[in-house]
Amino acid sequence: MRPEVFKMIDRVVTIDPSLQKIHCQGLVPEESSIFEGHFPGYPIMPGVLLIEAMAQTTGWLVLARNRFNKMPFLATVKEAKLRTFVLPGQNLDLYSEILHEGSGFVVAKTQAMLEGKLICSAELTFRVLPWPEGKMKPVVMKVAEHVSFPLADFADA
Amino acid sequence: MSSTFDTVANIIAETCDIPRDTITPDSHAIDDLGIDSLDFLDIAFAIDKAFGIKLPLEQWTQEVNDGKATTEQYFVLKNLCARIDELVAAKAA
Repeated sequence: MRPEVFKMIDRVVTIDPSLQKIHCQGLVPEESSIFEGHFPGYPIMPGVLLIEAMAQTTGWLVLARNRFNKMPFLATVKEAKLRTFVLPGQNLDLYSEILHEGSGFVVAKTQAMLEGKLICSAELTFRVLPWPEGKMKPVVMKVAEHVSFPLADFADA
Repeated sequence: MSSTFDTVANIIAETCDIPRDTITPDSHAIDDLGIDSLDFLDIAFAIDKAFGIKLPLEQWTQEVNDGKATTEQYFVLKNLCARIDELVAAKAA
């Protein structure tokens, strides 16, 4: 994980064949520039970045569901609960499950766990839109390779 | 058993914090009730769940953008409810 550049996911662990669920992991680094301000002398992961990690987890699942033909953009965060501090060096297990896929949007329930213990959760809604003009899609596909996303199974050539 | 309109109006009132008695069949969701696109996602989610359908929002938006339909056809509530009834009937057929 490199939270200072919003790389919150290290690895896609599993995607359920039914494309309803995903499991990802992200190791909170021992050092990052975000800890200079959050907080000086007491580094903890900002809650907004935990929500971002859950959003990115869900994002990989939505990309798999539409075979990288559209891009999910976070639209709504509901019922976000941040139950405990997350510290440098801790390895997060991130899970997301689709609650509903509508026309142009997806709603998902997502959680982060630490050694089996629930530490945060939220219900997230994404707009699912055509890729913007430019480099975004190839960049996202490159990131997919880095996080071991199974492109051969869940992306069109 | 409540009507389609009652169900939709209750969803809008609850989702957008709009007084239920101000919502009528002739209300335009956008122009009269001030519902924005983000709130409409919540409404669509609730309608999809309540009726077991999938409102074709992308298709409707495309038709409006292409000038093939007006927003009134889809977002005046009596018309929205008629579309919902059509989708429910199509699903049951």
